[in-house]
Amino acid sequence: MHQGNIIIAYKGSVNADIIADTLSLVEVKLNDEMEHSLTRKKVYNVLVECLQNLFHHVDTVPGFYNEDNFGVFILSKIDEGFRVSTGNMVNGQKKEILKQKIDKINSLDKEELKEFYKFVLNNQMFSDKGGGGLGLIDIARKTGNKLEYTFTPFDESFDFFTLSATIND
Amino acid sequence: MELLSIEGTPKTPTVTMNPNTGVIEIKGRSIPENSIEFYKTIIDWIDEYSKSPQPNTVVNIQFEYFNTSSSKCILDVFKKFEMLKKNKADVVINWYYEEDDEDMLEAGEDYESIIKVPFKMIQIVD
Repeated sequence: MHQGNIIIAYKGSVNADIIADTLSLVEVKLNDEMEHSLTRKKVYNVLVECLQNLFHHVDTVPGFYNEDNFGVFILSKIDEGFRVSTGNMVNGQKKEILKQKIDKINSLDKEELKEFYKFVLNNQMFSDKGGGGLGLIDIARKTGNKLEYTFTPFDESFDFFTLSATIND
Repeated sequence: MELLSIEGTPKTPTVTMNPNTGVIEIKGRSIPENSIEFYKTIIDWIDEYSKSPQPNTVVNIQFEYFNTSSSKCILDVFKKFEMLKKNKADVVINWYYEEDDEDMLEAGEDYESIIKVPFKMIQIVD
């Protein structure tokens, strides 16, 4: 799941504090490394969505890891720009829903994505976790690239899910 | 009715809502994991303000970043202003965006196409 030069990488329990600390650290690092503030903004935006998406969806797998809410994330610099990847366990039911959702997003062009975003924004309720169901659509819109994903079977009930987004420089 | 003033944090915007001038400002970043709680204060204030609004209400929105969890709450805020306008008060929303920030301009246009309140897109030039 990793390509290019790592700016930040994390493996462990994903909680609100970890995300806040990561975002402030990345903000400082990006400010140091980049002059172009629009790319910096885009990277930051996409990272926020990816990490909060991860935060809302980390499933705890009984007996797998010694901490709850296990997840991984990596931000790296690649030739084309930047790449954000996240990884977490998902159960079988979620896997199908996620797969369908991402495939649908990936099938849409720029204009269709805009319409889909507006439709979900205006018509869907918040989930019980506070997510708006807009995160993945927003990532696809902001990057202008297809979402890359993998599911690797872990045991009978769980798959390890990775999601990657590339932000062109 | 009292002025609402909320200081910005790394995750939430600076908010100033003045019932005497009808000028409402939300500025900065809005990236909390769960934004419903934060925006509830703002929405409650607008409900109260709408009972005896100024003839002209000016809403200045200047986000640096906002996440998708906030985007629905922002829509709810705008829906309150839409209702205010429907009740014959004059409302205008000024949507500020940084020069060349297409994402922020587009975000404003998304809201403009959903909400029946005049929007003014204003580019901030350094």
